[in-house]
Amino acid sequence: MEKQAAVQSLTDTMAKFTAYIGKHLPTDVEKKLAELRAKETKPLAKAIYLSMAENQEAANRLDRPSCQDTGVIQYFVTAGARFPLLGELGEILEEATREATRTAPLRHNAVETFVEKNTGTNTGTKVPWLDWDIVPDDDGVTIDVYMAGGGCTLPGSATVLMPGQGYEGVAEFVFNVISSRGVNACPPLLVGVGVSTAVETAARLSKKALMRPVGSHNADPNAAKMETLLEDGLNEMGIGPQGLTGTNSVMGVNIESSARHPSTIGVAVNTGCWAHRRGRIRISADLSYEILTHEGAKL
Amino acid sequence: MNKKVLTTPIKDEDLEDLRVGDVVYLTGHIVTCRDVAHRRLIELKRELPVDLKGGAIFHAGPIVRKLDNGKFEMVSIGPTTSMRMEKFEREFIEQTGVKLIVGKGGMGPLTEEGCKKHKAVHAIFPGGCAVLAATQVEEIERAEWQDLGMPETLWVNRVKELGPLIISIDTQGNNLIEKNKSEFNAKKGPILEKIYSQVSFIK
Repeated sequence: MEKQAAVQSLTDTMAKFTAYIGKHLPTDVEKKLAELRAKETKPLAKAIYLSMAENQEAANRLDRPSCQDTGVIQYFVTAGARFPLLGELGEILEEATREATRTAPLRHNAVETFVEKNTGTNTGTKVPWLDWDIVPDDDGVTIDVYMAGGGCTLPGSATVLMPGQGYEGVAEFVFNVISSRGVNACPPLLVGVGVSTAVETAARLSKKALMRPVGSHNADPNAAKMETLLEDGLNEMGIGPQGLTGTNSVMGVNIESSARHPSTIGVAVNTGCWAHRRGRIRISADLSYEILTHEGAKL
Repeated sequence: MNKKVLTTPIKDEDLEDLRVGDVVYLTGHIVTCRDVAHRRLIELKRELPVDLKGGAIFHAGPIVRKLDNGKFEMVSIGPTTSMRMEKFEREFIEQTGVKLIVGKGGMGPLTEEGCKKHKAVHAIFPGGCAVLAATQVEEIERAEWQDLGMPETLWVNRVKELGPLIISIDTQGNNLIEKNKSEFNAKKGPILEKIYSQVSFIK
């Protein structure tokens, strides 16, 4: 394939995939919501779960974004160093965002700061936001597309604890964020927690944690135990769908971590709303692709 | 059970028996009104281009498609976080005479005060259910302040049985989400105590 044709082909795939993510929830999220709905006993909470299911059905039938807030588009790129279009990928994703904005259509969500003007294209300075990981011996690329609305972006918080506050301080921080601000962020939430050195490292990990499947666990046994403790504890609060109280509160808690400075514990919380619109696509060197998050997806 | 349907223009007596947790639907007109529209009216003292007396506003920034005939199609419209408007809402209610505020999540003491004094209510439409709401919009009749861009434009919608709308602040100033939050906070301490003893990983 000529390079220009290859760029066009990948742009087309990513535009279609981006639009698709706004209209369909990933399979793990759908399953979890069905499970939470089945466990729910409060009448008002059950009615909300019914509205959610009706909404997803209507979005599918009418081919429309299921939530009006299609977010600032974020791409988490895990790129093989030998992927043929590595150098072009940034521009491809920007063009794919413009194209998806027109065709889906997506809401215009890029406001240039200080100028305070909506660009109308979902592109702008450093938007779409790109996050890069480079894999040495690989010629493909894996891309997570994420659309976080303003509602579930607002609770985001990070701080740096003193080691004396320990993991007890981490738990307290998570609970404070969710009980005070998570209520407005369209629960049941997927809670992403980053444990690291500083605010920016913890914050990045907390967002990466939201890319992990619902129900998956951190490889470290202590971190996995903490995921379960936080999930069970938050559920015990009974926040329910939309904060209207119910049998559960969250879809899960995912923790990602790095080694830390001995003097600090950086901790961050990011929340994904019930309409957790993220999708993972694996693209090979020949630009054939496989969608990993949505069973039966067709672009 | 019969659906309780409010119709604009809404009168004080339509709202006086409603209590937090009640579910209603709206038929008539609802105007999207969020951050900048509130700021323009309250801080910049600009007159709103729509009459909201007895009316309803929707804290929402929809996806709208412009059709070839110059009309607008409502693609997707769901509530946005109402708390962002808390700072302005009491004065907004006072100045406009709006009766129904639809949004997501709770609002605070200023809105409670405004609802109580001027006989208005805040209601929650289930967040994220934006296609459901779009199918309840019959027509976008007008679009004002389009210079604000798609999310912030004042879209004047004619709706039929928009809902479910869960009353979260009533005309007596009761606040459902604040009550829920204080319950969550009361449970938090004992739950955390149980967790603390199991996460002493620094030894």
